Amino acid sequence: MDGRRAALIAAAALPAAFVALFFAYPLAAILERGLTEDGGFELPWDVLGAHSTLELLWFTTWQAAASTLATLAFGLPLAWVVSRFSFPGRSLVRALVLVPFVLPTVVVATAFLAVLPAGSERGLLPILAAHVFFNTAVVVRIVSSYWSRLDPRLWHAAASLGAGPARRLREVTLPVLAPPLTAAAALTFLFCFTSFGVILILGGPGRATLETEIYNQAARAFDLRAAAALSLLQLAAVALVLVVSAATERRLGGAVPLAPEQDALRRPRGAERVAVAGVLGVSALLLGLPLAALVDRSLDGPRGYGLGFYRALGDETASLLVPPWHAVLNSVLFACAATAVALAVGGLAAAAIATRGAPWLDALVMLPLGASAVMLGFGFVIAFDDPPLDLRGSAWLVPVVQALVAAPFVVRIVAPSLRSIDEALREAAAVLGASPARVWREVDLPLVLRAVGVAAGFAFAISLGEFGATVFVARADWPTVPVAIFSFLGRPGAVNAGQAAALSVVLMALTTVVVLAADRVTVRRGSL
Amino acid sequence: MTISYKAVVVALAVAVGLAAAGCGGGDEGAPEEVVLVTHDSFAISKPVQRAFEDETGLRLRILKTGDAGVALNRALLTAGDPEGDVFFGVDNNLLSRALGEDLFDSYSSSELDQVDPRYVLDEEHRVTPIDHGEVCLNVDKGWFRSRGLAPPETLEQLALPRYRDLLVVENPATSTPGLAFMLATIARFGDGWQDYWRRLRENGVLVVDGWEDAYTVRFSGSSGKGPRPIVVSYASSPPAEVIFAGKPLDEAPTAVVESTCFRQVELAGVLRGAANEDGARQLIDFMLSPAFQQDVPTSMFVFPVREGVELPPAFERWAVVPDAPLELPPEEIGENRERWIREWTDVVLR
Repeated sequence: MDGRRAALIAAAALPAAFVALFFAYPLAAILERGLTEDGGFELPWDVLGAHSTLELLWFTTWQAAASTLATLAFGLPLAWVVSRFSFPGRSLVRALVLVPFVLPTVVVATAFLAVLPAGSERGLLPILAAHVFFNTAVVVRIVSSYWSRLDPRLWHAAASLGAGPARRLREVTLPVLAPPLTAAAALTFLFCFTSFGVILILGGPGRATLETEIYNQAARAFDLRAAAALSLLQLAAVALVLVVSAATERRLGGAVPLAPEQDALRRPRGAERVAVAGVLGVSALLLGLPLAALVDRSLDGPRGYGLGFYRALGDETASLLVPPWHAVLNSVLFACAATAVALAVGGLAAAAIATRGAPWLDALVMLPLGASAVMLGFGFVIAFDDPPLDLRGSAWLVPVVQALVAAPFVVRIVAPSLRSIDEALREAAAVLGASPARVWREVDLPLVLRAVGVAAGFAFAISLGEFGATVFVARADWPTVPVAIFSFLGRPGAVNAGQAAALSVVLMALTTVVVLAADRVTVRRGSL
Repeated sequence: MTISYKAVVVALAVAVGLAAAGCGGGDEGAPEEVVLVTHDSFAISKPVQRAFEDETGLRLRILKTGDAGVALNRALLTAGDPEGDVFFGVDNNLLSRALGEDLFDSYSSSELDQVDPRYVLDEEHRVTPIDHGEVCLNVDKGWFRSRGLAPPETLEQLALPRYRDLLVVENPATSTPGLAFMLATIARFGDGWQDYWRRLRENGVLVVDGWEDAYTVRFSGSSGKGPRPIVVSYASSPPAEVIFAGKPLDEAPTAVVESTCFRQVELAGVLRGAANEDGARQLIDFMLSPAFQQDVPTSMFVFPVREGVELPPAFERWAVVPDAPLELPPEEIGENRERWIREWTDVVLR
């Protein structure tokens, strides 16, 4: 087993080095700058202990917890429908849930305002609704990538032993699904915990989370010390969540019987048809209405309905240094590069984590989800200013920061799948003389390919839609689509708003097509 | 431009396969460049950029580093070891912060004698005025017309019951126009400004985080068709609505309430430690030249500081350049800004 052990250490080294260099180092640089006073480095106990900080932490935590519960409540029925049943348009539904994920928050918030009843457009309820809208994809796709491959004989056996539907849910489904559920819940919680645009726009100025307050201190008041203190607090809170969820996932995880996806799916029967139709209908309403409003806006030109705003994407504009369609090309290229990096970093980390535990690596790779984008951006500026790391103004930083945000998803999606593989399979292969590499290629890879496909889809979508960190490193002559959308939204006039909507729809279409393709390839190849 | 674009596209496509993070490509053999560090709202027309490059033989690289606040703070973080040669985008409301941190080297452009002296805010010429834009209330003319109601003409009137729940403003803690509007009320009411905001609050003022949200979402006169017909925006917003309507309009759909305007001057400076100091000075000269000054209305919706520059027709017709906008000295703003924002927050949001 020594060869395998060395391989695992090597596998852990690359992700660790990547995250240390591009995340820990710049973040440490800016935190040190913020917290170093005349007398040297000092922990900011006065900020951390202030009543207002505790209030921030409290609101941040409970809105994230409430949003996570709401997302699970909304997403699990949909996950059930796409995991257990075959129906026309099933793959499209699975791809479409990912669309909200890539849209810039300001675009979504605008679309939400268009469909929310007047008077209820601000406050806690819209925050929850928007978080559900964004994160349903996390629950549906992560849980269903696992659920849809569970051997249906599990339930058949339980049923033949006399267990009713409720008991089967409680004693078979939930325990078996616990690892992906934990992963999805943890990711949703972290996303809501560090939510920014949703809180600002839909929460209103009276509501602040740690993330919005860090931005406020760093970007407006330029109180770097307060911003650094709050960043430390946010990182600590996120680290705690990560440790707890990783431990839970590990404790609950284990080998489960898997089957090819097409064997696990069946057509809905009797009352199930009503349930399936109901779940799909309600989901279409919440997820589809804001998107439909966007499509409508992109077509509704000053001279009537048409493709005018789309055609205008080819023209030069003063808002950007390049014609807007360049942004589409840039986004695709950056997202491809970022996806490749995220799969390499996250995949290797997942392999090490699934086999060795490696809790420190797990936490390190996940931690970028808990960092404030503005602080990381400032950190880049002061950390990468000297050769050999003079990266300021380098276009390479765009896929790098996008991969930092995407890699945690790869880890959380791939690791539970790797753990679900029966160790006996690997041992059997090894006994039959397969090298560790061959065991990986012929046992692990086919069984986790589905998860890798889901992870790739997420990584691509996240990279495509990433704004908070990208805007700090994007070059003006290399804008991405979200950056271009913001340029248009920052200017008055119907044409600018229309082009922003058109670019948003292009983002939606791109996501759908790429995710459909990724799903198709991995479902076919992965089910052998 | 197209060649280097394609080259990098190819390079990136290769990188996709390699999936490795490397270092930025070298620019050997390229013409000497001058780097303009600025905020996201900066814009320049292509022909004007080319004119600069042809005239000076320098390549102009534009580095947008965030919104106005982020861009300035990022420049302050790298003071002395800057990301570029010129910084553009500090305004009179944040000027004290930039000057206090020793961000700029002095440079007195020979073009300054063409500039109205009231825009020159620093006698040491560490910063040079480039444009001015007024933050003013905008009203949706159609909304008021259809209800037979006269739009407000003064700040005082906003507190009247007939304008209840009609106003949307930006948070001064998070938004540049929001800050300017708060300063307008301080310039207008002096010590009574907090009472004024109490009355606005009672009259249902809506506070949002940023201009995008206020103008494109909540305001009824923009494409977002929101519910509120009075918004804090710019003196140039009505002509922008005409230019970017996508069809010819006989009339601007919105109007400026002239008595509410607060002046903002945007300034540029040579960054201390600039790699290309000479290029930086040439760029500042160019930004004051007629070519650039004529371009700022349509590219950035602001007004030239150079005298005798002709405005585009839509601006002549629909923009308002108030003769005597509300103003406060930059030093007074610098000394009190943070305290005022805290007091405003206590009065309006708590």
